[in-house]
Amino acid sequence: MTTEAAESVEAAGVAPAADPGFLQRYGASIEYILIPGAALIGALAVFGGFIALYGKNPLDLYFYMYYGAFGTWFSWQNTLTRAAPLILTALCTALPAQLGMVIIGGEGALLIGALAATSAALALQGAAPIVVQIAMVIAGMIGGGLWITLSGGLRQYRGVNETISSLLLVYIALAILNHLVEGPMRDPASLNKPSTREIGAANMIGTIPGTDVHWGLVFGLVAAIAAYILIYHTTFGFAARVAGGNIRAAKIVGLSVGKLIMTVCFLAGSCAGLAGMIEVAAVQGRTNANLAAGYGFTGILVAFLARQNPLAIIPVAILLGGISASGGLLQRRLGLPDASVLVLQGIIFVFVLASDALYGRIGFLKGKS
Amino acid sequence: MADASLGLWTVPLAVFGGAIRVSTPFLFVSLGECITERSGRINLGLEGTLVMGAMSAYGISYLSGSPWLGVLAAGVTGALFGALHAGICSLPRVNDIAVGIALMLLGTGLAFFLGKPLIEPTAARLPAIDFGWWSDIPQLRAALRINVLFLIGVAIAPLLYWAFRTTRWGLLIRTAGESADAARAMGHSVLLIRLRATMVGGFLAGIGGSFLSLFYPGSWNEGLSSGQGITAVALVIFARWDPMLCLWASLAFGGAAALGPALQSVGITSGYHLFNAAPYILTLAIMIITCSPKRTLTGAPAELSITR
Repeated sequence: MTTEAAESVEAAGVAPAADPGFLQRYGASIEYILIPGAALIGALAVFGGFIALYGKNPLDLYFYMYYGAFGTWFSWQNTLTRAAPLILTALCTALPAQLGMVIIGGEGALLIGALAATSAALALQGAAPIVVQIAMVIAGMIGGGLWITLSGGLRQYRGVNETISSLLLVYIALAILNHLVEGPMRDPASLNKPSTREIGAANMIGTIPGTDVHWGLVFGLVAAIAAYILIYHTTFGFAARVAGGNIRAAKIVGLSVGKLIMTVCFLAGSCAGLAGMIEVAAVQGRTNANLAAGYGFTGILVAFLARQNPLAIIPVAILLGGISASGGLLQRRLGLPDASVLVLQGIIFVFVLASDALYGRIGFLKGKS
Repeated sequence: MADASLGLWTVPLAVFGGAIRVSTPFLFVSLGECITERSGRINLGLEGTLVMGAMSAYGISYLSGSPWLGVLAAGVTGALFGALHAGICSLPRVNDIAVGIALMLLGTGLAFFLGKPLIEPTAARLPAIDFGWWSDIPQLRAALRINVLFLIGVAIAPLLYWAFRTTRWGLLIRTAGESADAARAMGHSVLLIRLRATMVGGFLAGIGGSFLSLFYPGSWNEGLSSGQGITAVALVIFARWDPMLCLWASLAFGGAAALGPALQSVGITSGYHLFNAAPYILTLAIMIITCSPKRTLTGAPAELSITR
């Protein structure tokens, strides 16, 4: 396939192919787009085959997926609304990845952030909405931040594997949420679905004018750009990448690795905590078990597909937000179970990881052809 | 009458019964993971394997009427997932932890997708052996109704312990786990050894899943496993990759997991969710106590990425 692609580029007479200097310079960057793109297409093909075995037409599937995700203004709004928490939970995996850590507990930080934000709003009832909203942001970020810092601290000071501890903390966070929502924080009026009291309509963060997309999307975009600047254009980010590349070298040049790990984990968790705050303040209006909708887990996939790059997370989150937005349409029009989105996500994840083997192996991108 | 006379004694009794009942999936997953990790690779995807195993066991048992065919199907499904994991991991520059996370998501997604039609129907369940026939106390009899799979798991643990020490393939797995170079120098394919070890590990984890859907809790639904798979992976670490310690740790875990329902049965319902989180808290606590940043863990296979 790679040689075919090379020939077609040459046949089309595209200038860059004739100029090896261009490929030598940008070959690596092209790889970062080409390989995940090919993995995505491969995953969609396999999923189409799976759906065909299930007795449905794959072409219908692709059409409804596109239509449900990006086909209309309504579906675009649905997609962007879902992309907002995904950007933030993906940052929860991507930031520690700069240090070589694999954190998969974004879901837990999201839940704790949502609880903290709700508590802040309920404690400040009667205050001006802007005060309540700022307090919710701060509380959510601190709550989520401390939750992931726990994993980072355990790794740094106790040698506990952060992947396992962060996942265990998801289940613990869910238990805490269920305990509080069904016990001390329960709104007696919520009979069928135990929930906390509502934060109040005035304190909701509302939508971007002219759209149904809430302001959470802007929060996500700002966080992703800030994370990009932090990692690639500050001394702190440089230090983090040095420590991620070679921890011994980082210690020799006098970097405080412990401080780096704790800070990065706090920032990562605060992103996921912010996602929880947004889900409360823009969508649910209260905390209940609905918040455990899996945004934290999809965020892991977003981060890996974006190769842990904060800027790349934005388009990838929109793409996966689109896939999950189309889930409803697939259920209604094709009669597929709601878990089909999960299956597709799993297949994409497998393909993306397997495609890691391709980097540096595509002949024509080395500028040798 | 017996109920009243037992009073608070029902709690330790229920915890004891629970330790036997609830520990079985932990036991199978941790023994399977123990084999895989000894060969130098970690499979975090066993959570997905467990759920896939539970679903396929329930489905096959429902269709064929034989729960044991279901158990076999669960094992085969698990082995296929193991083969998938090992296959992707054998590609260059692929991280085994990340592949595990991917298979965790894929396994649960696939199980929910294929298992949708299985939520309603009732499948034939695994039989239990009544060891409490001599007693008049219903709680004790309930605690002593033991499933055959548990006994098989208990038998596998010492068998594995013996196999790791004395058999040829036990030595091969350990060689691959301690030094891939040494295994290669001896003329063995490390990838093949790890493929087989991961497939056997997946087979056992799948069987652990069949226990969930065919015996306890004994039905198929999407909330069937909540982290048992990943807890069992953590359990292998503090069991120091020793099959016998896996057995004792699984029993302790089963007891911890049975605490919530046991307390609820005597009327203590506040904090139900917190008691349900006991296995996770216990795992984390034990990992905090036993891990150390200064040295690698004793007994850890040297090739294992998670301890480096």
